[in-house]
Amino acid sequence: MALPDALVRELEALCGKYPQRRAALIPALHRCQEELGGWISPEVMEDLASFFALEPVEVFGVASFYPMFHLAPVGKHVVSVCRNISCDLRGADGILEEVCRVTRAEPHATSADGKFSVETVECQGACANAPMMDVDGTYHEDLDAGKVREILSRLA
Amino acid sequence: MKTFPTYLLESARTPGAHALDVYRGRGGYAALEKVLKTPIPPAQVIAEVKASGLRGRGGAGFPTGLKWSFMPDPAKDPRPRYLAVNADESEPGTCKDRVLMERDPHGLLEGALIAAYAIRAGAVYIYVRGEYRRSYARLQAAIDEARAANLAGQKILGTDFSCELHLHQGAGAYICGEETGLMESLEGKRGHPRPKPPFPAGSGLWASPTTVNNVETIHNVPFIVNRGEAWFRSMGTPASTGNFLCGISGHVERPGVYELPFGLAAREILEEVAGGVWKKRRLKAWFPGGSSTGLLPASAIDVRMDHDSIKAAGSMFGTAAMIILDEESCVVRASHVIARFYDHESCGQCSQCREGTQWLSQIFRRIEEGEGQADDVATLESLARGMAPGKTICALSDAAAIPTLAVIKHFRAEIEEHIRLKRCPFRDAATAGATAPAGVLEKGAVLR
Repeated sequence: MALPDALVRELEALCGKYPQRRAALIPALHRCQEELGGWISPEVMEDLASFFALEPVEVFGVASFYPMFHLAPVGKHVVSVCRNISCDLRGADGILEEVCRVTRAEPHATSADGKFSVETVECQGACANAPMMDVDGTYHEDLDAGKVREILSRLA
Repeated sequence: MKTFPTYLLESARTPGAHALDVYRGRGGYAALEKVLKTPIPPAQVIAEVKASGLRGRGGAGFPTGLKWSFMPDPAKDPRPRYLAVNADESEPGTCKDRVLMERDPHGLLEGALIAAYAIRAGAVYIYVRGEYRRSYARLQAAIDEARAANLAGQKILGTDFSCELHLHQGAGAYICGEETGLMESLEGKRGHPRPKPPFPAGSGLWASPTTVNNVETIHNVPFIVNRGEAWFRSMGTPASTGNFLCGISGHVERPGVYELPFGLAAREILEEVAGGVWKKRRLKAWFPGGSSTGLLPASAIDVRMDHDSIKAAGSMFGTAAMIILDEESCVVRASHVIARFYDHESCGQCSQCREGTQWLSQIFRRIEEGEGQADDVATLESLARGMAPGKTICALSDAAAIPTLAVIKHFRAEIEEHIRLKRCPFRDAATAGATAPAGVLEKGAVLR
């Protein structure tokens, strides 16, 4: 097993929350993505399959169903711009355009320097503070182009 | 504007109330203590909640006490029993449960423990939408505090009642807000909704009796226990009791999450609570309860915000997420954004939904982009009628069909104008804002 020992112990503890171990699969995918480079590689899926006594394709079936799991490498920072209705009504397109301009990444792609991946996401539940984006798991709300520049320029 | 009593957001408005000592200082956990130490028999707690008229705040408005009473008699059914709290808030426009979880996590835990006691569940699973990391962290800290204070876990407050509280992080799929999709996801699978029956009370999580309740619904429970069903019924309307959280977003001066009594006129909410349509513009259309509730024209703004009144006006109360569109908005663009969302979120099990949502999205897009065909409105209409009502395992298909039929009903002329002009008549107006980088809409539409 290639998963780090500390992570395996943590996954064991997660399994203890549920009457059946498999229930910990989605939380385990989250932990692996957080700890192992920001995405779920085929090797990690195989490791998780053996951990949960599942077929690798079952792990793939779950991982591929959920938009938060990246099945390909991502940049150092992941910028997710909401473009659902409440954000769209308050200028999400302009936010996305500014994000792409600052990061030099196309939507749904990673910048050439590997620093930023830009994705669009559906409603994030920040509708009363639209438009919004999520950067590496933190919400940034009530955005305008200036705030986008300021937030992204702080990232090393 | 008339004033009215509030209770749901009182803790959330108190600085630091996410911490146990502040929450308890405000009288927190008194309802749990009252139930456990009196003790009030579980059946009586259910009877009180039934009598209060509390209806689910997750969209369907189902009577909560009645749902609890569907759980089988534990004397005759030895299986483990579960309460699942639906914290997978993801209906576009809806941002109310997040406020409660981030700022008043103990309110949710106290309500969940009382609900678990009433339905005699030994464990609670709170399914928190994956992106709500702050909610998750606040809830986890609250669970740790509650456990240390013997408010959760074994022999709570020295009584015979034991109940474990668990958080479960989702991973970005809207369909997991559907109760059976949520259960599949909690079991570690793709979030494919299950055919009903069996209903969750008969066979839910791990084939055991399960009740699924929304966050805001559960938040109401300690107040009903503390203050009584008659107090609860003194607010709102006879059929929609208590207060509700109204998230108002879009083209409005003061977007926000407001606590309001059922029965307030939508106009009062828009104009007095939320400051009116932004930029001194006029109202064009509005969604009363999230993107899956059919939009209504400005002429319907005097309707009262309660389940029956909104239904009579031809829409649904949903999650009370009012989305406001000003006079410069394009309803075709809005319809495309919404249809694209349901296309993205369809789980793919039922062909009507899997194909239908995709077609709706593509047709709205081509109309908006000036490539609409003469029979597109008829096609949209027949597609939507083939998708709903009740033609699929779950209601996601309905959620896409309903706003489609509503926009055709109220704005047919505007859709037809797009097709006739071969362009969007609003495209150059201020609402278009900055135009999207080329190809953005297309790329997103095919991502799954």
